[in-house]
Order: sequence, then structure tokens, then C-alpha cells
Amino acid sequence: MSKVVGSGGMGRRQAMKHLLWGGAGIVWTFAGGVPRALRLGGDATAGEMRGFSFGQISDSHIGFKAGAHPSAQDTLTEAVARMAAQKPSFVIHTGDVSHLSTGDQFATAADIMQGVKRDVFYVPGEHDTIGDDGKLFFQRFGRGHGTGGWYSFDAHGVHFVGLVNVLKLTQTGLGWFGPEQLRWLDEDLRRRSASTPIVVFTHMPMWSIYPQWGWGTEDAAPALAALRRFGSVTILNGHIHQVIQKVEGNMTYHTAYSTAFPQPSPGAGPGPGPLQVPADKLKTLLGIRHLDVVADRVALTDTTLAG
Amino acid sequence: MKFFSQSRRTAVALMSLALGAAGTAVLMRSAQTASAATSATQPAIAISHYSFQPGALTVTKGSTVTWINKDEDVHTIKSTDGPEAFGSPALDNGNRFGFTFHRAGTYHYVCSVHPYMRGTIVVR
Repeated sequence: MSKVVGSGGMGRRQAMKHLLWGGAGIVWTFAGGVPRALRLGGDATAGEMRGFSFGQISDSHIGFKAGAHPSAQDTLTEAVARMAAQKPSFVIHTGDVSHLSTGDQFATAADIMQGVKRDVFYVPGEHDTIGDDGKLFFQRFGRGHGTGGWYSFDAHGVHFVGLVNVLKLTQTGLGWFGPEQLRWLDEDLRRRSASTPIVVFTHMPMWSIYPQWGWGTEDAAPALAALRRFGSVTILNGHIHQVIQKVEGNMTYHTAYSTAFPQPSPGAGPGPGPLQVPADKLKTLLGIRHLDVVADRVALTDTTLAG
Repeated sequence: MKFFSQSRRTAVALMSLALGAAGTAVLMRSAQTASAATSATQPAIAISHYSFQPGALTVTKGSTVTWINKDEDVHTIKSTDGPEAFGSPALDNGNRFGFTFHRAGTYHYVCSVHPYMRGTIVVR
């Protein structure tokens, strides 16, 4: 069985589409490929969805080019057009906006992102902070009131937290929040009731996916401990250019597609570099995410650019 | 020939790591051919498959070591200890970075984007 839950302007023809309910219940559906569904309570369908939605774009890597690969500008432009059609309330960008942290690349990315016609909330990736600790990035995209660039905001009763874990990587390449940010997070969360739905977004995964490639965050444990008392916690990140999920109690973790290039499965090959795929397969591995929030639940729909 | 030096290029000026006064650094784009800055006798280190090859290199004082990024991913060169500090801006595929070592000693460096990539230069 495959229960396709459409939203916005998305059709049923995407090569791969799946939906996951975070928080209280889980539904997975795939359209195309092998259909698979898992439902833990709840019986929501698209028609019952009420609330608001937001979009996630990640790893646009403006400036990346390799061989016959289409330009990262073109694929981001395509992703933005698709996202605009979904009409989210706002958009988050989970980092690696640029490939080389240059002002030109940030300017190009900002121009293209205007196409979503919505407010965009950014956090940096390690490609956005090369050589200048993110100075250029924060000048253009910064929301943080402090020096570190992290911030939070509320939307429709949901508390959103943007964290920065790329400014000081560990010796093994893992992300790192640092004690100042963790103290801020603790204080920020302390003021919220446990029934407040929480969405955390940051660039590098907050769980250990493949530490040999730096796919994790060294000091995530205190942050996760501070989040654990909440009834609905959705943790969104980029960095690994593929969709991987993990559910742990009330907390769900989701990595996202890149709009620029795919990366290998964890540990497959010598390193996490761009995955070489046939040209006609590339867009099945790039994509965007649409998130519907209903009450305290977040439903995620990942759509590739191949649809 | 495009020649990037710390005094002339803002890209290099952006480096958080100050270059040692005695050192000189050059970043060369892939379009150029090997030229005077990297004669055949000068040591070169390939950045390939997320490693520095060779990972340990011994050179004589006054040598210019050139790193060449052969990966599709971005890498950097950033010293972590040694008699002089050195660091490159982001090196895209095909970019080169050179540094001239004027002081004897052991230098350790990493790629700041992938800090598990480590290398050593011994200057005699």
C-alpha cells in the first residue's frame, strides 16, 4: 500500500516521495519505488492537515562545479521554484549555502533564494565559514544576537532553534557547539513548557551517523538532554546530502537532501566527496523538504528534483 | 599567470591564520600550467582521497612546498604547530597552494574543513 499525501503543488509523479510524522505518531509513505508504510497512531491524511508549513533547503553549495555536473546555481533555482509552489510560511536553509565561503557565492545564493518569496532562516555549514569564521556569512544571513550566530524564534506556537556547530570542528572533524552555546540553549529551552513543539535546525547531524567522516556533533549530548523533556522534538540538519532518519522517543532526527550534489552512503568509499552518478540519475538524488505542522506533530515530505 | 600573495589578495587576507612574516604563500588556479613558482625540483603534496600524499615530507630550508587539490571536494591547508604559521584559503579542485619554509623544525597541519586529514613537514 502506498498512501500518497500530497501537499501544496506537489504531484504524485515524484520518483521518490515519503512522509514521516514526527512527534506523537509516525507515518511513512513512499510514492514510487517500493511502497512502505509505518503508522503509529494518528490517522491523518492530506485533507485533515491544518496548521502551517515550512520548507527546508540544504547544502546548495553555490560555486560547486565538477565535470559535466549541472551548475549548483541551476539546481538551486529549480529547487527554489518547487519550494515556492508549495507555498510554505517560511523556509530554513541548513547550511553549506556556498561552496567556498566567498562573497560572490553568498550574493548569488541570496538572489536565488529570493525566489521562494518567503522569509529564510539560515544556519552556516562548514563550507560557509572557511578562513573567516563565517564573518561574510553572518553579515549577510546572520540572525543571531550574540557572537556565535545561534538564535531561536517562535512561529504558530512552535519554538524554532537555529544552532551553529561548524565554527570549531573537532580533530576528528565532528561538529561542536561549545559551552557558551549549550548554556544559551539550556536557558532558551528552560522558559518553554514541555508541551511546546520544538524544531531544532543545524548543519551537522546531532547524532553519530559516521564519525570517521565527521558526520556527527561531538558535544550534542548536553543539547539532547535539554531537549528530552519536550513532547515533540524535530531535529533537522544537512551536511550529508542524503535523507536518513532516526526516531528516539519523542525526538526525531532527519538529514536532508542537497540541492547541489549527492554524497555516498555512510562509509562507502574513501571519503564523503561528491558521489559520481549518471547524469540521468542525478536529480533523483537532489531534493527539498516540506514540513507540515499540525498541533504538536510535524509531517515531513522529501521531494526530489526528478519528479 | 594568476598569482595570489598575502599582500595583494583579499582572499588570502581573509584567512584567520596570519602568515608568518618570513613565509610566502601562493595560491594558483588550475588554469595555469606549472611555472616558475613550482619548478620540477620543488616538493609537491597531492591532496587526494581525503589525505595528504605524502603525509610526511622532509625538505631543506628555503624550499617551497606546493599542495595540489585533486579531490572534487574543497580542502584547506592550516598549520597547527611549528616555527611558522601558514594557511591557505579554500582550495577547490585543481587549485594549488604554496608556502616557503624559512625556519627549520617540524610543522603539523590539517585541512580545516576535514580536520582528520593531517600532515607533517620537517624542515632541515
